[in-house]
Amino acid sequence: MPELEIRKTYKLYVGGEFIRTESGRYDPIPDARGQLLANVSRGSRKDLREAVRKARAAQPGWAAKSAYLKGQILYRMAEMLEGRAESFEQLLRESHGVTAPAARAEVRATIDRIVHYAGWSDKYVALLGTVNPVASSYFDFSVPEPMGVVGIVAPETPDLLGLVSHLAPVIVAGNTAVVLLSEKYPLVSLELAEILATSDLPAGVANLLSGRKEELVPHLARHMDVNALSDAGGDRALSKSMAEDGAVNVKRVKRYGIADYSSDTAQGLDFIEAFTETKTTWHPIGV
Amino acid sequence: MATVKEEQEAREHAVRRIEREKPALEFGSAWDYAPAPESRDHLRLEERYGLFIGGKFVAPKSKKYFETVNPATEETLAQVAEAGPADVDAAVTAAEEAYRKRWSRLKPADRGKYVYRIARLLQEKSRELAVLESMDGGKPIKESRDVDVPLAIAHFFYHAGWADKLEYAFPRHTVSPIGVCGQIIPWNFPLLMAAWKIAPAISCGNTVVLKPAETTPLTAMLLAEVCQEADLPPGVVNILPGAGETGAALVNHARVKKIAFTGSTDVGKIIQRATAGTGKRLTLELGGKAANIVFEDAPIDQAVEGIINGIYFNQGHVCCAGSRLLVQESIADTVLQKLSDRIATLRMGDPLDKNTDVGAINSKMQLDKIRELVACGVEEGAELHQSSCAIPPKGFWFPPSFFTNVAQSHRIAREEIFGPVLTVMTFRTPDEAIEKANNIPYGLSAGVWTDKGSKIFQITQKMRAGVVWANTFNKFDPTSPFGGYKESGFGREGGVHGLRAYVELG
Repeated sequence: MPELEIRKTYKLYVGGEFIRTESGRYDPIPDARGQLLANVSRGSRKDLREAVRKARAAQPGWAAKSAYLKGQILYRMAEMLEGRAESFEQLLRESHGVTAPAARAEVRATIDRIVHYAGWSDKYVALLGTVNPVASSYFDFSVPEPMGVVGIVAPETPDLLGLVSHLAPVIVAGNTAVVLLSEKYPLVSLELAEILATSDLPAGVANLLSGRKEELVPHLARHMDVNALSDAGGDRALSKSMAEDGAVNVKRVKRYGIADYSSDTAQGLDFIEAFTETKTTWHPIGV
Repeated sequence: MATVKEEQEAREHAVRRIEREKPALEFGSAWDYAPAPESRDHLRLEERYGLFIGGKFVAPKSKKYFETVNPATEETLAQVAEAGPADVDAAVTAAEEAYRKRWSRLKPADRGKYVYRIARLLQEKSRELAVLESMDGGKPIKESRDVDVPLAIAHFFYHAGWADKLEYAFPRHTVSPIGVCGQIIPWNFPLLMAAWKIAPAISCGNTVVLKPAETTPLTAMLLAEVCQEADLPPGVVNILPGAGETGAALVNHARVKKIAFTGSTDVGKIIQRATAGTGKRLTLELGGKAANIVFEDAPIDQAVEGIINGIYFNQGHVCCAGSRLLVQESIADTVLQKLSDRIATLRMGDPLDKNTDVGAINSKMQLDKIRELVACGVEEGAELHQSSCAIPPKGFWFPPSFFTNVAQSHRIAREEIFGPVLTVMTFRTPDEAIEKANNIPYGLSAGVWTDKGSKIFQITQKMRAGVVWANTFNKFDPTSPFGGYKESGFGREGGVHGLRAYVELG
């Protein structure tokens, strides 16, 4: 007699905890053949507000951690993913119906992307900052600082590599994030939450919500305590309304349309810079 | 029910007049100066200015003109054309043609040379620009002469040199211009804001359509003449005076590729909505309500000068003005006494007088807004302290003022007054100061006063503001990036960071 498998219900990842949606709503997620693979929480407006609250609370502490430590934590994420690479590949194959080499390629690229940003943690400030030669007796310098809480709308595919490509640069810059995951393929991303939860990333730095984008995006875009939006959702109409709604508190809105996430052009300093503010400080020189 | 007159009297009663005779500093008649007005003989003003489109001054298709007045005397200075949608379209067409046929094809170094020419010509006209700026806007001549005009010139000099060096600013990228830029500027630093906008835009290879503010269009008209004298290719710079409708036509014009706006947060939000999803690039430099934090270990006399400069510079018509004084409780009495004493020495009056410290309020509309918010402050229970300086019989004036007994929730502590009115609050611990400073939707600037170095770095790091002045205030330089956090806008102007708004990176 075959062993009876235990089916997993994927929960939301908010404030470092795996929580059920307060709304009590669940969506079935089919595998590539149309068979039920798992149920996921359909995140609600209240779940989103809770995620923003947790992200805001976590932000100053995360930003205050040393650049070295942030790099260590990101590198640890890569280590954890490496250790579980096979189960991620398996889940990618089941949910997308892709070949083993394709699944393996996406996981490898995801690990590489995390390592790439781990290395940026103690370098981007030196490259984005300036000392400004003002024409008066002042020492004047500009440094990049985190924007605060960033709302990320992850691309539908590649769900794993796409998520990491947008999350890693946001958090390495000292921001905290509320991510609306791929609506069609949320499982691998929610599996990644288990990596985040066990890699020393402080609770609340990355919050992952599954659910319907059309329902959640307007609440994210209008939320008064979200500072910026990283829009990689790829839905033109939703992008426009999101950019309009973002004006409510002058959100910084960065829209991405990336054709090939596995390319080196889908990573780098520009992705970090997009979620930094520039602070300029003046002080007199004298005795 | 109290009559209007009784209410006014009650309000007057609540005001603490700062008297010249009372303060600790007694200079007798030593502070009385004979009038020293700057001459306006060399200033040649036309009776009527057209729109500057395609290198020429042209009559507006809108057929409309408006008067620009001297806010210190209420005399009409000139008639200025008001651009309508058809005029905006003509200017965008001229800018697009100049971009396509001339400016984007020019050798970058030659582009720079044109901008250098503009800088030199402005230097040669610096006296008349300063006089005109003070006449049209009401600001003291010592400010227009020593701050506005020299800084405007410095912006052209600085950015001219970038024209052929942009690849150095953006390593690993190909750098190209964007196209036609629509730029909308406010009335508080008319020529300087025009320079902040035009200099980086054209140095990076773009062409511009600039809308100066409706109360202060005149120095922009002189700048247009300078563009002609510099033989700048026609259409590279177009200047369209007008009001909100002109700005809206510019923002919504399909062939404008980038909008740069400096002004109120309310209008900034409207522009952000209007450009959302259009692919237009946008930078916003919006309102502010800066905290100026004075710790008990601050150099107090310097701090008092910094407070004065922070809020009374340019009559407080400054988006980054230090309009919220946060003073540590232990030194509050001393600081407020010194502040009162210093305010009593400020001379308000003729903007063209070289001894004037505080000029005229820019417009009747702005004066009404200041009065409304100040009345609201009194009604909400704050205590108003006001200079007893004489108010000239004509023109728009508001004496240097500050409020004590202010709560964080008062409108005067949260809304931008944009006038010479300071709100004073106290704090006990550094954490409380940080909390109060940041507890506002704005985040343009902040000031920190302390003689302790480690404290400076701690507090300046914690300020959620784009520009932080430590032991100084209201300092500007073209090499120094300026711009806000949160609802004070996004994008930077000046420095390497400021170039980003005017280039397309490949």
